Amino acid sequence: MKEAVITVKNLVKKFGSFTANDNLNFEVYQGEIFGFLGANGAGKTTALRILSGLSSPTSGEVIVAGYNAKKDPEKIKKNIGYMCQKFSLYEDLSTRENIMLYGGIYGMSKTLIKRRTEDLLTKLNFREYSDRMISDLPLGLKQKLAFSVAVFHEPKIVFLDEPTGGVDPITRRQFWEMIYETADRGITVFVTTHYMDEAEYCDRISIMSDGRIVALDTPEALKIQYGAESVEDVFVKIARPKP
Amino acid sequence: MQKIIEASGISKKFEATQALKEISFEVNEGEIFGFIGPDGAGKTTLFRIITTLLLPDDGEIKVLGIDAITGFKELRKNIGYMPGRFSLYQDLSVEENLNFYATVFGTTVKENYDLIADIYSHIEPFKKRLAGKLSGGMKQKLALSCALIHKPRLLVLDEPTTGVDAVSRSEFWEMLKKLKQYNITIVASTPYMDEAMRCNRVALIQNGNILSIDDPKKIKEGFSRKLFSVRAAEKYRLINSLREYPETLTAYPFGDSVHITFRNDSYNDSIYEHLKKAGIENATITESEAGIEDRFLELMSK
Repeated sequence: MKEAVITVKNLVKKFGSFTANDNLNFEVYQGEIFGFLGANGAGKTTALRILSGLSSPTSGEVIVAGYNAKKDPEKIKKNIGYMCQKFSLYEDLSTRENIMLYGGIYGMSKTLIKRRTEDLLTKLNFREYSDRMISDLPLGLKQKLAFSVAVFHEPKIVFLDEPTGGVDPITRRQFWEMIYETADRGITVFVTTHYMDEAEYCDRISIMSDGRIVALDTPEALKIQYGAESVEDVFVKIARPKP
Repeated sequence: MQKIIEASGISKKFEATQALKEISFEVNEGEIFGFIGPDGAGKTTLFRIITTLLLPDDGEIKVLGIDAITGFKELRKNIGYMPGRFSLYQDLSVEENLNFYATVFGTTVKENYDLIADIYSHIEPFKKRLAGKLSGGMKQKLALSCALIHKPRLLVLDEPTTGVDAVSRSEFWEMLKKLKQYNITIVASTPYMDEAMRCNRVALIQNGNILSIDDPKKIKEGFSRKLFSVRAAEKYRLINSLREYPETLTAYPFGDSVHITFRNDSYNDSIYEHLKKAGIENATITESEAGIEDRFLELMSK
């Protein structure tokens, strides 16, 4: 039996008369790479904010990492990691300082931070960059570091919001290998992306349109169901964006 | 066929960074020419040189037959440029922005409405809305309308589809295709390999160098090895295990499979034995056709 680390039941989120999330139901399992897709304005960001404890549902039940999004959003925040496309790193701090800062924010002990920082610098082959400012790092290295920092406190789930935009194909693959390795360790990876070829890397994907989830399955099963060659074709067939 | 851009030996340096290294290429009239490459490859620098906004350190460039370095005044009248960052006036409405750009170029929206009708009609219902309040897809359509309103002969689009969803991206390329009937030449850049197939010709660009220029189909065909796809449920273990297999030349994750090449362009049953030792039981291996991204990876690692 797969253990669900995210359970969403009848999630509704309204802003005034506008329904951004219209009765969402889904589960995400431990160690899974879950792709969360949708056109611009489909309601992805709203749902992501609720799942990461930044916004409260209007109604419905949302359990993330064992905590209720309505009652315990602070506990959710402590048990998840988050990386967005704008990079959650401080440009004017060094690599090492950024790692230590995040360890501190998540309340890790000094000895643990020290040990894991050294491990991470070795693992990423980042020794020569350890005392350089983030602003001096190439984009690909920043992405790898931002991801590593997001899972530094060993969260149960890491949310990646458009993580791999703009990097070269080799760097992008190295990044996905880091994601695979993280999932293999049992950390759930929840990814939003606009790029459908990225979705092909996920174990399962959901597609949102107009506030609802209109498809949820493995990329392979969706391609068969819609008679499509790629996830992109599936997406174009079912996810009409609003003007 | 007229050459719309003729560039030879273009170099540009910013302090210690060599952004462009003696780049040469030609763009023909009426084609959609794509520059495909990651962030930092030099695409924006090159586009700023093409649009006369930046001078190269070295090299020669003619655009529409005019020297881009000395003839910038004449040239600017005939180029439409859509920068990567949304650069319209956020505090003007949709309609005001369009009128403004038409006026700056000494024309009117009415005069060239035909050209933008297909694109602008999507946002016309929101013409009183401030540009800053538009969604990403709508901003993109407005920016394209504004870049086209003076009926340029050359349209330069810097990453027009970055951050835009798949449906809107697909629509956008369809719109560009339709502009062909007006004989507008289009130069566009994108970090996304799959968009290469939308272009008549593409240049793969990396670290300020052009790796290859050709019809995207021919670029794909340039892949020099036999390519195989390997599938198995345990993706992470699969990649690691394939890399340890002695006959493996390259192994890259590609969506739900791993793309692999072998030293002898073939494999035998020993690979299944090898995978079994890593606990991978049901791997399937099929020969597959290389895509443009496979070729890019091959060119990058040379």
